[in-house]
Amino acid sequence: MKVVLQNLTKKFPGRDRKKQEYVIAVNDFNFEIPDGKLIGLLGPSGCGKSTTLNLISGLLKPTSGRIFFGEDDVTDLPPENRGIGLVFQNYALYPHLTVKKNILFPLENLKGKDKLSKSEMLEKAYAAARLVQIEELMDRKPGELSGGQQQRVAIARALVKMPRVLLLDEPLSNLDARLRLQTREEIRRIQRETKITTIFVTHDQEEAMSISDMIVVMKAGIVQQIGRPQEVYDNPANLFVARFLGTPPINVFEGQVRNHKLYIGEDEVSGIRGVENQKVWVGIRPEGFVPDENGPLCCRLSGVEVMGRDISVVSTHESSCSPAVRSIISTENRVDTEKETVRFSLKPGKVFIFHRETEERIMGELI
Amino acid sequence: MDNRVDYAKIEKTAKIRRTVINVVTYTFLALWAVMVLFPFYWMLLTSVKSYSAYNSEYIPKFFTLSPTLKNYVDAFTAVPLARYFANTVLFTVLTTAIMLVVITLAAFAFARLEFRGKNIAFLIFLSLMMIPNELVIITNFVTITDWNMRNTFPGLILPSVTSVFYIYLLKENFEQIPDSLYYAAKVDGTSDIRYLLKVMIPISKPTLITITILKVIECWNSYVWPRLITDDENYYLVSNGIQEIRENGFGRENIPAMMAAVVVISVPLIVLFLIFRKKIMAGVSRGGTKG
Repeated sequence: MKVVLQNLTKKFPGRDRKKQEYVIAVNDFNFEIPDGKLIGLLGPSGCGKSTTLNLISGLLKPTSGRIFFGEDDVTDLPPENRGIGLVFQNYALYPHLTVKKNILFPLENLKGKDKLSKSEMLEKAYAAARLVQIEELMDRKPGELSGGQQQRVAIARALVKMPRVLLLDEPLSNLDARLRLQTREEIRRIQRETKITTIFVTHDQEEAMSISDMIVVMKAGIVQQIGRPQEVYDNPANLFVARFLGTPPINVFEGQVRNHKLYIGEDEVSGIRGVENQKVWVGIRPEGFVPDENGPLCCRLSGVEVMGRDISVVSTHESSCSPAVRSIISTENRVDTEKETVRFSLKPGKVFIFHRETEERIMGELI
Repeated sequence: MDNRVDYAKIEKTAKIRRTVINVVTYTFLALWAVMVLFPFYWMLLTSVKSYSAYNSEYIPKFFTLSPTLKNYVDAFTAVPLARYFANTVLFTVLTTAIMLVVITLAAFAFARLEFRGKNIAFLIFLSLMMIPNELVIITNFVTITDWNMRNTFPGLILPSVTSVFYIYLLKENFEQIPDSLYYAAKVDGTSDIRYLLKVMIPISKPTLITITILKVIECWNSYVWPRLITDDENYYLVSNGIQEIRENGFGRENIPAMMAAVVVISVPLIVLFLIFRKKIMAGVSRGGTKG
């Protein structure tokens, strides 16, 4: 089922009711989610991603804009008629019911022609439980389960009605690091098996990048960029997106373009085509640095961290926006830790330049 | 200098101290228990003394050698104790049942629903708790009398079918249930009333049980209101029924028979208390001291 969001906007009344001020949680969101894909809604806390999810689920009514599931306009439908499954951040399992009853709960509410017989319900409940591999836990209560198991129960409960759209709100944030890795694979597998269009919200860019077919990066209610994870990473639309994606984060320098040359501080780092003379922000991915005796960028070396697979070089540069410049280089390169400075040359595809004021990406070709 | 510690000695003093503290504590508790239990013993004892034996004792004795159950027979035959008993059971069951429905719905509205003036309404509710009961009784009496409900069950029951304190207690309990459960239920297609029945009430069961027990005790013991609103014997409860028995039940002042009646009406509460004492304590300590 494809999901279409059309000019979706949600305003909340401000704290002071008399002033008629509004907090805009979601601003003019347009997006068509293709059928059967896994979409990650990504952004820092307070960016409106959960609000967007609640708008799609129907728990919130949009201020303006429409929502379509396939060809149906569901904007004015209550949540239960939209055919969605929702998994909450804290799972929201009914604590007094066993796992089996929890999974049966949505089925027991069906009315009219959708009403199922007892055996049909049980069959469906067990099918959902099998999908998330919790069949042996059916008679326990949520309090007797681990976080990961509760998570699975919540997914089973969301899936049992065979929803058209599955929504997950920060599904992994309550799990420990190891379980998180496992569970995100699990979510991917379940999504592939059921082929249900799935939208999940997260503030963890790694999580979103690793399992999503597409990611939507949001900031302050406004969509910044939509695309395949790798595309967004390789081609950030603005400084915010570039900063938000990637660990360690991108290194940002104050720079300028003068006569078709790109300067960081006073170092001329590269030639550049198609950009007029102006002050810019220069973003360089950690993997964009190559140690080079004759490289154009000179940094003060402050430490080298060996991580086995690769080496992280920590250095400082007076034009850098952050106190440390972090670069990841492969172990084949050697960095002389005795020296006070380290010189790098740059990989053109890993260097982005952004407008100083608008922070929008400036498309230029490094040569 | 001798720095060695004499552990044997320390142990000995500690043991003596413990023993002394234990002796003092248990003596005190024993005395206390006797003080508390003595009236019950006296009640039981008097109820098995025969009328003549009781009256011939110039100084009441602490035991009897000729116990009799005749007083119990008298209590049920000479006065309509069975009717009082039935009235009280009916009154208690109806009041408690209606009250549970009323307070559950009210607490649900205050805890879960959004409506205009909710906070003000709740504030007014809470401020009602500060008005002493005696004042309310006067206006209630006038109202019930105006409605011609004296000597009727509705008249007896009506003023006690709600309780601000229990609404408050239950509302607090309901509010502890996370919102996400409500939203989950909404997505699952649950109506408000079904959510209340299927999720909120089962989760709040311990509080509801406590409220039920406290209300039953309150109903069983209520005296002032039934005394005011009924003067027809057919509507007497055990509390004012006993008063009636004392004054003119047996045609003379028959203390042993009266004590037998008192024993009979105390038994249900004592049984209830023994079964649920842990729950009562848990509920009372959780919900503050009022009850």
